[in-house]
Amino acid sequence: MPRNSNLAKSAPVFAALGDRTRLRLLLRLSSGGPRSIKDLSKQSTITRQAITKHLEILARAGLVRGARRGREHVWRFQPNRMDEARRSLDQISRQWDQALARLKTFVEA
Amino acid sequence: MNTDRIEKSILLRAPLARVWRALADSNEFGHWFGMRFETSFAPGATIRGMIVPTGVDPEVAKAQKPYEGTPLEIRIERMEPEREFSFRWHPGAVDPSIDYSKEPATLVSFTLEPTADGVLLTVVESGFDNIPLARRAQAFAQNEQGWTMVVGLIEKYLHAA
Repeated sequence: MPRNSNLAKSAPVFAALGDRTRLRLLLRLSSGGPRSIKDLSKQSTITRQAITKHLEILARAGLVRGARRGREHVWRFQPNRMDEARRSLDQISRQWDQALARLKTFVEA
Repeated sequence: MNTDRIEKSILLRAPLARVWRALADSNEFGHWFGMRFETSFAPGATIRGMIVPTGVDPEVAKAQKPYEGTPLEIRIERMEPEREFSFRWHPGAVDPSIDYSKEPATLVSFTLEPTADGVLLTVVESGFDNIPLARRAQAFAQNEQGWTMVVGLIEKYLHAA
């Protein structure tokens, strides 16, 4: 169960996801790798400016990240990296709890 | 927050010699941890092993089952009888298509401290900050599965619309 502080932090993420265009953009970035605005606007009916605006909202929620590559601005899917690091550590920490519990069962038998 | 190390302690109500054997004997270690090693532990030795479901906890054994047979290597660092046992390994190195040997390893160290009630065992795993974040995120399946699931849900949602 997520704690309340986690939920509060997650709110901007959910807000950012609450739009069909942004969901499509996120989906394309997460499954297709980094893309330029030009790329992203190819199969879209909306303008590049509108796409940029949506990407900026996703970026503020920490879901994507933009970087300049040559003359192009390239966007990539980016689940919050620090959070990832923390969660992975939390998980290893839980695995050690389990392992030590097994050791306890084993040596106390 | 310290992202480099994990530290855990547990009181084991068992004689010091018993706890030491459960750590230093590769068969015993493998039995509770959920691995099988090819050779005995010795300082400086690289020990090859594989994941084998633990004989101690059926729930965990079930979770380990899909990874059964996955090769893992540990390099023994210190073996100071009844005091300290440490080794290096690559945490979460369960993808057979990746060569982990060139990646930095973490150091796992067990220290034993006799008390009136038994043995206070402390395990410290350190060196996580040297491991590329991308790999870390990858190594810990829950995160990845989480994101894959979210993306899958989004996909379904968009296709249904």
